[in-house]
Amino acid sequence: MADLELRSISKRFGDTRVLDEISLRVPDGSFTILLGASGCGKSTLLRTIAGLESQTSGHILIDGRAVDDLPPRDRDIAMVFQHYALYPHLTVRDNMAFGLRMRRTPPQDIDARIADAARLLGIEPLLNRKPKELSGGQRQRVAMGRAIVRKPKLFLFDEPLSNLDAQLRSAMRLELKRLHERLGVTMVYVTHDQVEAMTLGDTIALLDRGRLRQCDTPQRLYRTPADPFVAGFLGTPPMNLLHGSVSPRGDGWRFQSASVEIPLPPPSFRIPAGSHTDTVLGIRPEDVSISPVQEPASHLDTTVDVAEDLGSDMVLHLSAGTQPLVVRTRPNEPVHPSHPLRVFLPHRALHVFLDERRVDWT
Amino acid sequence: MTSRLPLRLGIAGLVLGSLFPFVWFLITSLKSQHEIEAVPPTWWPSGSLEFYRTALFDHHLLDYVLNSVIVAGGTTLLSLVVGTPAAYALACLRLPGQRWLMGGLLCISMFPQIAIAGPIWEILNRIGGLNTHWGVMLPYVTLTLPMAIWILASFFAELPTELEEAAQVDGCSAWSALWRIMLPLATPGIFTASILVFIYAWNEFFFALLILTRPEQQTLPVGIALFQGEFTMPWGELAAAAVLATLPLVLLVILFQRWIVSGLSAGAVKG
Repeated sequence: MADLELRSISKRFGDTRVLDEISLRVPDGSFTILLGASGCGKSTLLRTIAGLESQTSGHILIDGRAVDDLPPRDRDIAMVFQHYALYPHLTVRDNMAFGLRMRRTPPQDIDARIADAARLLGIEPLLNRKPKELSGGQRQRVAMGRAIVRKPKLFLFDEPLSNLDAQLRSAMRLELKRLHERLGVTMVYVTHDQVEAMTLGDTIALLDRGRLRQCDTPQRLYRTPADPFVAGFLGTPPMNLLHGSVSPRGDGWRFQSASVEIPLPPPSFRIPAGSHTDTVLGIRPEDVSISPVQEPASHLDTTVDVAEDLGSDMVLHLSAGTQPLVVRTRPNEPVHPSHPLRVFLPHRALHVFLDERRVDWT
Repeated sequence: MTSRLPLRLGIAGLVLGSLFPFVWFLITSLKSQHEIEAVPPTWWPSGSLEFYRTALFDHHLLDYVLNSVIVAGGTTLLSLVVGTPAAYALACLRLPGQRWLMGGLLCISMFPQIAIAGPIWEILNRIGGLNTHWGVMLPYVTLTLPMAIWILASFFAELPTELEEAAQVDGCSAWSALWRIMLPLATPGIFTASILVFIYAWNEFFFALLILTRPEQQTLPVGIALFQGEFTMPWGELAAAAVLATLPLVLLVILFQRWIVSGLSAGAVKG
C-alpha cells in the first residue's frame, strides 16, 4: 500500500504531445480512475506509471520516492492488462506464482498466498488448468489473482473489463469494488466507460487530449464540472450545452444564443457589466422539467422532435428554434412529436461557463 | 467431388515426379552389380544389401556420418544460440533501424557463395581453421543465421506484447522475459529454424569441399562425392550412401512435421 504522486508528467512522440503536464495525487488506499475517450492518453499515463513507457519530463513518486529511472520490475506494482496477458504455457497456479518466484518468495509463502487469493476470487478449482481452458471471466479473475498475490504497493488496471460481455462486466465491476474495499489497497484504473468510472472510483481524473481536465470525486465531477468538456463527458444522455453570451438586462441578466433567450437571476459574484460572449449554459437532461416548478426557474418554448420511452424513464428530444435540447422525464407523459412543449429550467440546476471555466452563478 | 479428380491426379503426378530420383536410388542401392549394368534396366531389385556393406565398411561411411552430425549439429546449436536473442531483440525491443537490420540480414543470405569462397578460405587459412570442424561451421553459421533470425523474429513478433510487459511487471528483465516466457511460446519457431538450419548444414557441399581436404574431417556430401575413383563409377555404393545420408533428414522431418508446418505458416493467419 502506498500513495502515488505525478508531478508535471509530459510525454511527446515527436511533435505530438501525448501527455501534457499532468499532476495528480493518488492517496493511500484510493481507487482512482483515469477516464477519457480513446486516444486521450489515459493508457499511456498508466503505462508510464508502470514504467513500460518513459515520460519526456516530470516525476513519478511512489511513497514519496522518485521511481523515474526504475524499470517496471523494481517499482513494486502489479498490472492487470486489457487482454489479461496470462502466460499461455503455465497453469493458473504457475501464472500466479510467477511474479513471486521471480522475487524469490519462499515456496510455503507462495502456496499460502495463492490459496488465499484463489479463495477470495473463487478460482480454487481452476488452479491446475491452463489459460486456454478458461472463460473470459475466469481469465479476468486469474489476472487479478496474479496481481493480488504479489501484494504490491500499487495496482494498475488497463481497461480490464472491456473484453467481457455486458452482463459479466457489471458482475465483475461489483466484485472489483468489493475487492478494493476488502483489501484497502491503492488502485489506478483506466477506463473509457463512465458507468465504471462513476461506480468504481472514489476519485476520477478526466483526461482530454493529453490534459487533465478535472480530478475530483465522481459526485463533484458530475454536479460541479469545471469546464464544458467535463460537463458534456459525463452523464447519459449528456448535459445540454448552449453556446452564446450573457449580458445584463433590467434588474437581471439574460443568456442569448442564435435561437434562444433565457432570463437569468443576477450572478452571485461581481462581474463586469458588459456582454460576455464566450459563454456556455448547461443543464442536465434530468434537471429540465416539463411541468411548472415551485423554485425560481426560466422557461423555454420548444417543439417535440422524438420521444423515446425506455420503460423506466423517457428521453425527449426537443428543439427551440435550431437549438436542440434533451430532457429526461418520467415515462407515460402526454408528449407527442411535433407538438409544442414549454419546459422549465430551475436556476439552481444551471451550469454557467465563462471563457471555458465554471462560475458559480447562483 | 468428381471435379477434384484432375487436381488430385496432378498432385499425385507431382509427388511421384519429385520422389522418382530418390526411389530410383533406393532401387539401385538394393541391386547387385550385375543388375545395375543390365540393359534394359531392371525395375525390381534382388534386395541385395552388398552395396550397403561396402559403403559402410569399405568406404567408412559412418565416419562421414559422424563428421556430418558434429558439423550440422554444431551449426544448428550455434545458429540458434546467437539467432534467438537477436531475433527477440529485432522483433520485440524498440531498436533504431530495425527494418534496415532485417533487410541487411536478407541481403547476406542472398550473397553468392562463390563470391565469398576465396576470402573465407583465406581467413580460415590464417586462423588455422582449414580442415577443422569449427572452420566449416563458421561460414555455415554466417549463412544460416539470417534464415534462423527471420523465422524466429516472425514468431516473436506474433506473440502479444502484453505478455512480455506482464513479465516485466512481474519482475523479469528483458533476458529473463525471453528465457521464461517468450522462448517456451516460440518453440514451434525454434523447431522450424533448427530443422532448416540442420538440413542446410547436412547437405552443404561447396564450402565443405573447399575447407575439408582431409578424409578424417570430411562430411557426408563430400565423402560420397569422393567415392568416385579415377576410372570407376561405383553406382551401387553411391546409391546406398545417398539413401543412408537422406534417411536421418526424412526421419527428423517426419518426427517434427507438426511443428514445421505451424512454423512455416506463422504469420499467414492470425492464431
